[in-house]
Amino acid sequence: MSKATNTASRWTPFALSVPSLALFALMVLLPLALTALLSFQQYDQDKGVQSGFTLGSYALVLGDSYYYEIFFRTGWIAALTTLICVLVGAPEAYILSRMGRPWRSIFLLVILAPLLVSVVVRAFGWSLLLGPNGVVNQVFELVGIGKAKMLYTSTAVVVALVHVMLPFMVIPVWTSLQKLDPMVENAALSLNASHWTVMRRIVLPQITPGLLSGSLIVFGLSASALAIPGLLGGRRLKMVATLIYDEYLHALNWPLGAAIALALLVINLVIMLSYNAVLEGAYAKRMGRS
Amino acid sequence: MRRTGPIALLFHTCVTIFMLAPLVIVCLVAFTPENTLSIPWRSFSLRWFNAVFEHSDLMQSFWNSLGVATFAATLAVALAIPAGIAIARHEFPGRQALNGLLLSPLIVPHLVLGVAMLRLFALFGARGSSLWLTLAHVVVITPYALRLVVAALAGLDRSAEQAALSLGASHATVFRRITLPLMLPGITGGWMLAFINSFDEVTMSIFITSPQTVTLPVRMYMIATESIDPMMAAVSALMVAVTAAAMIVLDRLYGLDKILVGQH
Repeated sequence: MSKATNTASRWTPFALSVPSLALFALMVLLPLALTALLSFQQYDQDKGVQSGFTLGSYALVLGDSYYYEIFFRTGWIAALTTLICVLVGAPEAYILSRMGRPWRSIFLLVILAPLLVSVVVRAFGWSLLLGPNGVVNQVFELVGIGKAKMLYTSTAVVVALVHVMLPFMVIPVWTSLQKLDPMVENAALSLNASHWTVMRRIVLPQITPGLLSGSLIVFGLSASALAIPGLLGGRRLKMVATLIYDEYLHALNWPLGAAIALALLVINLVIMLSYNAVLEGAYAKRMGRS
Repeated sequence: MRRTGPIALLFHTCVTIFMLAPLVIVCLVAFTPENTLSIPWRSFSLRWFNAVFEHSDLMQSFWNSLGVATFAATLAVALAIPAGIAIARHEFPGRQALNGLLLSPLIVPHLVLGVAMLRLFALFGARGSSLWLTLAHVVVITPYALRLVVAALAGLDRSAEQAALSLGASHATVFRRITLPLMLPGITGGWMLAFINSFDEVTMSIFITSPQTVTLPVRMYMIATESIDPMMAAVSALMVAVTAAAMIVLDRLYGLDKILVGQH
């Protein structure tokens, strides 16, 4: 190749990525930087956002038990959702992976397809099911449990979040199960290992990376979900996302909203990055051992 | 089915019912003739579907959503093709950083993107602009388009390209006549996945839409927080139907399990 084409091809990847890079710099990096700046600005009830530098918004969040309560509630709701997704998603992915054709692809679609339906529709569906005269309460009455108040409580929020998040758990577990050769399980069984031992020693180690990455996605998405707690949690059951929504669109205290949003973003990123570090460490150890 | 025990089967049935229940119930309630949210056991009625088509705000939002999703998906694919080629076929400093930045909307919560863009729009005076709303949607759906473009390039046999080059075809001709047609299923799948994600997006849009540009999911959210009537069920049923139709097309074109499971 001549020298001219060499220089040209060195610049090709940059030329190809300039349009997307420009858009993301303008629409992701710049707004995030502006929001970080905004969180250090003063807010005045009458005059709105003022210039100047203050840590007031952060001090307000850190110094008030009202905000602690909301962060704590968001944390346990997201953690409970993650736990249920692990307990339901992992066995379901395993059952799916052992099904024969064509059932396997059919049911995989049934489990994953709700991902493509708007979250507002799914939240509305759950409000119909869990309402005071909803189907679930009718079933409860039939079996004699009696009516339970579920809508506008944390129960409804967790149930709907599990519904929205389950595919995000099934997908990575399913992917890691695809790499498991069924002959390994058969070999263990033929060597007299019990089903329990096969699960514990062969299947579980295989799906652990999938479980971990699924848990992180589920936790991160649950902690920042807005439509589900907004529609099923009601006014009193505030979570971080609905709090940010209120600060921005009702209270109009943008610096405070920005501070809380950044706190949420930082918590999310720290969890994601620490997971990557842990996973790489674990792989390094395994490589070193073998 | 092989080796699926009765307990596993029962568990699987429960999960399936759980996943489908909310979608089935909205489709049933949509056909109620009553004024209340009830399942129509005896008679069916289309009155709530009529109510949807006569609701001017909802229809306006539907057209907004359709326009935004169409333009945003097209633009996202137009950006993802060159970026995907750079990422999949070139080694260059900053390649990982570019990939990370373009996939970042999957990690940064849409809520945070929403408030960040609200600030940007306020400073630019861009609130109420469909163009800026569309650009915001492009950002959140580009990762999906990019993933499918990169996957299409990775699975592409390069010998046809090399043969054409050795026969004297120019790089532009090779791209237009060989590479692009071979990538087409991935591009189409990426476009549709991007379209669906834009059409469904609510968390970011709720912050950056204004009365003229409200998209359908945002309008539904606003209606649902105030009052719930069977009309909401009818809109929801229509959205489920549209999504199902898109899914069937997507499945025929590309294989839905491939898109949803994808590469992680």
